[in-house]
Amino acid sequence: MKYIDEFQDPALARRLLDDIARTVTRRWSMMEVCGGQTHSIIRHGIDQLLPGNIELIHGPGCPVCVTPLEVIDKALEIASRPGVVFCSFGDMLRVPGSDRDLFRVKGDGGDVRVVYSPMDALRIARQTPDQEVVFFGVGFETTAPAIAMAAHQAKRLDVRNFSLLVSHVRVPPAIEAIMRSPDCRVQAFLAAGHVCSVMGTLEYPALADTHKVPIVVTGFEPLDILEGIRRAVRQLERGEHRVENAYPRAVRPQGNPVALSVLREVFTTTDRAWRGIGTIPDSGWRLSDAYRDYDAEHRFEITGLATEEPAVCRSGEVLQGLIKPHECAAFGTACTPRTPLGATMVSNEGACAAYYLYRRLTTPRTEETASVD
Amino acid sequence: MPLRDHPVVVMGHGGGGALSAELTRHLFLPAYGGQTLGALTDSAAITLGGARLAFSTDSYVVHPLFFPGGSIGDLAVNGTVNDLAMSGAVPAYLSCAFILEEGTELSTVGRVAQELGAAARAADVTVVTGDTKVVDSGHGDGVYVNTAGIGLIPEGVDIRPQRARPGDVLIVSGPIGQHGIAILSVREGLTFGTEVVSDTAPLAGLVQAMLAVTPEIHVLRDPTRGGLAAALNEIATASGTGVILDERAVPVPEAVATACALLGLDPMYVANEGRLVAFVPRTHADAVLDAMRAHPLGRGAAVIGACVAEHPGMVVARTGLGGTRIVDLPLGEQLPRIC
Repeated sequence: MKYIDEFQDPALARRLLDDIARTVTRRWSMMEVCGGQTHSIIRHGIDQLLPGNIELIHGPGCPVCVTPLEVIDKALEIASRPGVVFCSFGDMLRVPGSDRDLFRVKGDGGDVRVVYSPMDALRIARQTPDQEVVFFGVGFETTAPAIAMAAHQAKRLDVRNFSLLVSHVRVPPAIEAIMRSPDCRVQAFLAAGHVCSVMGTLEYPALADTHKVPIVVTGFEPLDILEGIRRAVRQLERGEHRVENAYPRAVRPQGNPVALSVLREVFTTTDRAWRGIGTIPDSGWRLSDAYRDYDAEHRFEITGLATEEPAVCRSGEVLQGLIKPHECAAFGTACTPRTPLGATMVSNEGACAAYYLYRRLTTPRTEETASVD
Repeated sequence: MPLRDHPVVVMGHGGGGALSAELTRHLFLPAYGGQTLGALTDSAAITLGGARLAFSTDSYVVHPLFFPGGSIGDLAVNGTVNDLAMSGAVPAYLSCAFILEEGTELSTVGRVAQELGAAARAADVTVVTGDTKVVDSGHGDGVYVNTAGIGLIPEGVDIRPQRARPGDVLIVSGPIGQHGIAILSVREGLTFGTEVVSDTAPLAGLVQAMLAVTPEIHVLRDPTRGGLAAALNEIATASGTGVILDERAVPVPEAVATACALLGLDPMYVANEGRLVAFVPRTHADAVLDAMRAHPLGRGAAVIGACVAEHPGMVVARTGLGGTRIVDLPLGEQLPRIC
């Protein structure tokens, strides 16, 4: 895969690292918003190679991590019903609800299927008209257009046995909430490139202005991330706070007009709860009134849910960049990928899982974290 | 909900990762007992009437039954032959049991049997016993196959995961990830530019070519379910040594890398069916590598790392940029990501 090799070239990476080291004169902390970036940073050891006075803070951008427990519990309840085919992206299957996960529902006989696209779920609905097919629509602006398109197609084709359990979240309100927090330590943002490839960059200048914070739109390969960091450091050192696009091969200021058009037709913005963080105003999407028939929450009456988060889990603070994963007492002990207490330990893109998977050699060890039975 | 406390079987219990290992160690081993089983090698090394035999069994539940580069028939032969070969044995005889789902076309069963027979002839093994069962419609996936095999371990050969030791060089016989991606591409209807073809192949000939250079091969393992990561973790755990991988040296075909990047999978965890990893003393490494490259199934052989005294029981990769990361045992099966 030539283009991936090119974006992982060690010699070019070294040049970027040298440039960053020459530019930086004091301590700076910056947040990579997206869990994909966190994963790439930890997987390639980028944080180990940066000058010690640059701190990367891991942001809330893992869709698996921020989906509220109540929505997970609703998904588990719907997926357990006879006559329901419950379709989901793969990494949602292991996310713990209050007392089980979708794998358990599947093990207990529920018809839970992994699909690669919501359109696959719509296809299943057309092939099995006697079953209620539900797609679990979670994610940021990246996945939302495909899910909106599935709803649009379902309506156009008049597929009556298809619905969506939607819990979409938007990045800009999350950045706003992080900057407004009195404990905020973030001095610059590496914005998520794939979110901006859909939405464009026009939502960001007001944020950069209001909070006097540089925002650099950044990709996911090692060189993309190093270039994003280099530009953020340069702005910080110069006292600037602009929006810069360091991912021009994928991102245009106006975004993707086709995706935006279907998003606006099918979704409307709403206040949304983020797991571990709380409700952020206007930070989510829900199906618009015209698509109410395709809303699984409307179609399936779900009552009697009692959600319960493990008290010891500090994933909310991890998601807000207030602590590092290994600073949580449960990290690597009560909470591991096999026994996750919080969603940040479940998803590959969760900061806790990334630290557990890749960093146990270098994080301070609270106790045995390496046992492999 | 702790996964290890699942009161029912979940798919990850068959994924070749941590959940599979837990099931074996905490449920099967206490029930059966026995030192030979407890060694948890790909095939058991047993002595019978003075002969040192390797004995192994495996079940094949792959879907679809036919895929680019192979079928459940070849897999059922190659998988068991390879398990025997990983103890240095020369595979000789196979058993073959079919579990058929009511309603399956007999022409399909016939084709599987033909391909199984052809694979056995190619691997120079003989099917000497078998069994057939039929289950109700809806209670199977068309055809399941179980094979068991025995082979003779040559004198002076002692190959098992416990023998890895610091100083050993780690060699892989060719590019990784092809089988898993080939299956995924047909199962999910995905295409990745170039068609990815399964690497399914019998490795006993390659192993014999390696042993002809030196009997001093410490460990062999075919990285099937759970991929290279699971195989190396099992060896690190069994031997109590560390493994260091040079990530850029691990051969990953372009189409496999593309597919993995697209789906959020790590090629280190993707299944293989015709590859092996070998731990060889440094003094013999070049000769073994040359012998592998001279064999048709080892042309792409490469040195990808070493066995070290540091971080015992763990596999650590040196990343392309010069950092390090742990390569852990997978939990269950890899799950494609959201975005």
